[in-house]
Amino acid sequence: MNAALAWSDAVTAAQLFAVDPAGAGGVLLRSRAGPVRDRWLAILRAVLPPSQPLKHLPLHIADGRLLGGLDLNATLLAGRPVAERGLLAEADGGVLLVAMAERLSSAAAVHVTSAMDAREIIVERDGLSLRLPARFGVVALDEGLDDELAPAALRDRLAFQLDLNEISSRDADEFVMDESRIGAARGRLKSLKPNREQIDALCGAAGALGIVSLRAPLLALRVACASAALAGRDELEQDDVALAARLVLAPRAVVFPQMEQQPEETAETPPDDDSDNDNDSRDIDKPDVDRTLDEVILAAVEAALPPDVLAALRASSGRARARSSGKAGALQKSNKRGRPTGALRGDVGGGAKLNLIETLRAAAPWQPLRRREAVLTSGNSAQPRILIRKDDFRIARFKQRSETTTIFVVDASGSAALHRLAEAKGAVELLLADCYIRRDQVALISFRGAVAELLLPPTRSLARAKRCLAALPGGGGTPLAAGLDAAFALADLIRRKGQTPTVIVLTDGRANIARDGGQGRPRAEQDAIGAARQFRAAGVTSVLVDTSPRPGAAAETFAKEMGARYLPLPHADARTLSKAVLASAR
Amino acid sequence: MTTAFPFSAIVGQDEMKLALLIAAVDPKVGGVLAFGDRGSGKSTAVRALAALLPKMKVVVGCRYNCDPSNAADFCDECRARAAKGPLKAIQVPVPVVDLPLGATEDRVVGALDLERALARGEKAFEPGLLARAHRGFLYIDEANLLEDHLVDLLLDVAASGVNVVEREGLSIRHPARFVLVGTGNPEEGELRPQLLDRFGLSVEVKTPDDLPSRIEVVRRRDDFENDNEAFVAAWAKQETKLRKSVTAARDRLASVVVSDAALERAAKLCMALGTDGLRGELTLMRAARALAALEGAKSVTDEHLRRIAPPALRHRLRRNPLDDAGSSVRVDRAIAELFG
Repeated sequence: MNAALAWSDAVTAAQLFAVDPAGAGGVLLRSRAGPVRDRWLAILRAVLPPSQPLKHLPLHIADGRLLGGLDLNATLLAGRPVAERGLLAEADGGVLLVAMAERLSSAAAVHVTSAMDAREIIVERDGLSLRLPARFGVVALDEGLDDELAPAALRDRLAFQLDLNEISSRDADEFVMDESRIGAARGRLKSLKPNREQIDALCGAAGALGIVSLRAPLLALRVACASAALAGRDELEQDDVALAARLVLAPRAVVFPQMEQQPEETAETPPDDDSDNDNDSRDIDKPDVDRTLDEVILAAVEAALPPDVLAALRASSGRARARSSGKAGALQKSNKRGRPTGALRGDVGGGAKLNLIETLRAAAPWQPLRRREAVLTSGNSAQPRILIRKDDFRIARFKQRSETTTIFVVDASGSAALHRLAEAKGAVELLLADCYIRRDQVALISFRGAVAELLLPPTRSLARAKRCLAALPGGGGTPLAAGLDAAFALADLIRRKGQTPTVIVLTDGRANIARDGGQGRPRAEQDAIGAARQFRAAGVTSVLVDTSPRPGAAAETFAKEMGARYLPLPHADARTLSKAVLASAR
Repeated sequence: MTTAFPFSAIVGQDEMKLALLIAAVDPKVGGVLAFGDRGSGKSTAVRALAALLPKMKVVVGCRYNCDPSNAADFCDECRARAAKGPLKAIQVPVPVVDLPLGATEDRVVGALDLERALARGEKAFEPGLLARAHRGFLYIDEANLLEDHLVDLLLDVAASGVNVVEREGLSIRHPARFVLVGTGNPEEGELRPQLLDRFGLSVEVKTPDDLPSRIEVVRRRDDFENDNEAFVAAWAKQETKLRKSVTAARDRLASVVVSDAALERAAKLCMALGTDGLRGELTLMRAARALAALEGAKSVTDEHLRRIAPPALRHRLRRNPLDDAGSSVRVDRAIAELFG
């Protein structure tokens, strides 16, 4: 797909979204910040009715502001609780713009998605209980690279997934549109209904593309309606359905639809069984008419898939790149931050944070008494509405939960694989189970051949960890230096997030591939020692498990250079190994 | 309030629907956990349940949903009221209370009524979500993302059935027995084992993978969104039928016979699976009885046990937490061995 076409699609998506923001869910805009993105946003703003709110959701929004809660200013002024609407309620009837969606924490994402589902927001905070309407569409600005993506729960609910990264500002033409056309389209929207064949066709297309979630065809239907409304039609036509399939379904495709040769055959399905789609039933009770519609849709989808994506889809096993949800906001560095765990009586100062609501609660019962007393002593009846004494001050206490992330670095090279890869895997599984109990996160790096690979970014989902581990192949050279470098980079990143990394290296210490991929033992060992020293210098807790059948000086030297605990475990089984590692990692 | 999608119009998801109905028939079963794919209708089913359930009687003016026919379980206010004279009752819908992830502790357990305290200097208790959920359902969407301190609160109250509030100089106890319903997506992370154990039934939800039912889901959803009132009206008959069967099952529940043989079977099954504690057996027995009542059977049969054993037991196995698919398989295997 060329850039000009991609841009025209993006502009179309902006218009369709403007016709039915809440129905279409929203737009995931994968793009770096820049003129192209700005132009797209300007177009969106131009086509949205000016009366509608366009609210910005900053990344680190507090729950109180997002959901609503007690308006402290007004409460103090009025002397009675005054509710404040949160951002989600304020966005009602309009659009919510989520900046840096790839860093959005999953907790914040859940608030947004549950409001999208219920079309209202339920507030149970600060002594308030409110239900407010919240019908809005979301524009998620996603600047993520490769693996970083907006939370899956959010992505699933957004009809459009645009990628503007490949579009240069030369291709991004200005676009002028009469906003009244959108208004007219909105008026028409209500009366538009897809017919059964169109529903069937979109479901069939979603199935053929290996899309599991049923939200995709539902969103496509809404988009098809919006498209017909925009075109001024009273009924949905083939073009509308095809356009919806191209814009909504194509970006979600997991498998390549096989339609040219055998249109009725089961699509190539990925090996994981939950996206196993059975398309055999497609030809059961269908007249020829909608088979053509099916084909039209698939052709539309296919045209929208860029050739390299097709190649990748064909080649890949269709492994959905599930990424752990955003970890932003998990910074917990001092005891002035973190999860509030209640309030204490105390003095404000020294950086302590006043918990206003608890302070008010503490002061509240005394108000009539104090007022009387104040009037008596001063003789002046004009007193402030709320009389607060030092005794009332309540200091928020925070509990700092420094999360631990255990990074497993597994030597999957030929020399290790021969001896103990299976046992190492078993040990890692047991360690993972232990991490699960302690709610730690785990990450997995393996090295073999010439490179190290981050198989599993830090996650708490053990199902994923296990899948990664089971699929870990063995064989090849031992690029120990590359493995250690990768582990160190990750440990450093985790540290910068305010979490504590622990590195567990399982290797026989026989490095034979240097950093630059060159062969030769001496240079490889030198590089590995260099990589190991970084750990000692940075003071990262680490454990080196020697998995060779005859524990030798090589691995021990590494452990020393790394500042790691050395555990020679020549004949230990998985269980002993995991026990020993845990004992020393604590 | 937005109109709920009718329960009977949900396509497939039989295990989840059955588990919710069983919990509605016998709240003592202890809650339902539904884990599974995105967009498979978990939340829809829970919200639909609220509209389905028959109404219940509560004492007029009671903030804790007290049952007028159950004097032993009155809150302090109702006890005082009952001493003065006969209580008036009123029919209300069964509460299905949402526990949003961002809820603060004071809203969950209840706290000092700020308005009355500020305006009149009165020390009054304002009941929280737990009070509102009494005799109904407490629903947590994305239960695996619930903050730990809220989970701790829930665990305590769910186990004792009483909410004890000791804060801001208040000292309040009130009954809070509710059916805990949790949903979530396993990709987001696992549930804490302690909370997992509090759920009576655990179901695994999958998006339907055959085309006809996928099409049916989308069609019904689309019809609903186009005109939800007409859609609800079209399904009203089925809803009434289902509602009646729940009411009938509740009446029948006490008279369903659980034979010694059935109890022995249940115990053997739990032993074979090595479930911890007696909660497994108890839940299995109760759920089987509720299922029998729902289907109009006079006694619990092997067939009932066999059908309900997987949701009742699969989350109680002393399992390797890595073993994501294993527990269901193990329950099935044990059932096959025991029941032949």
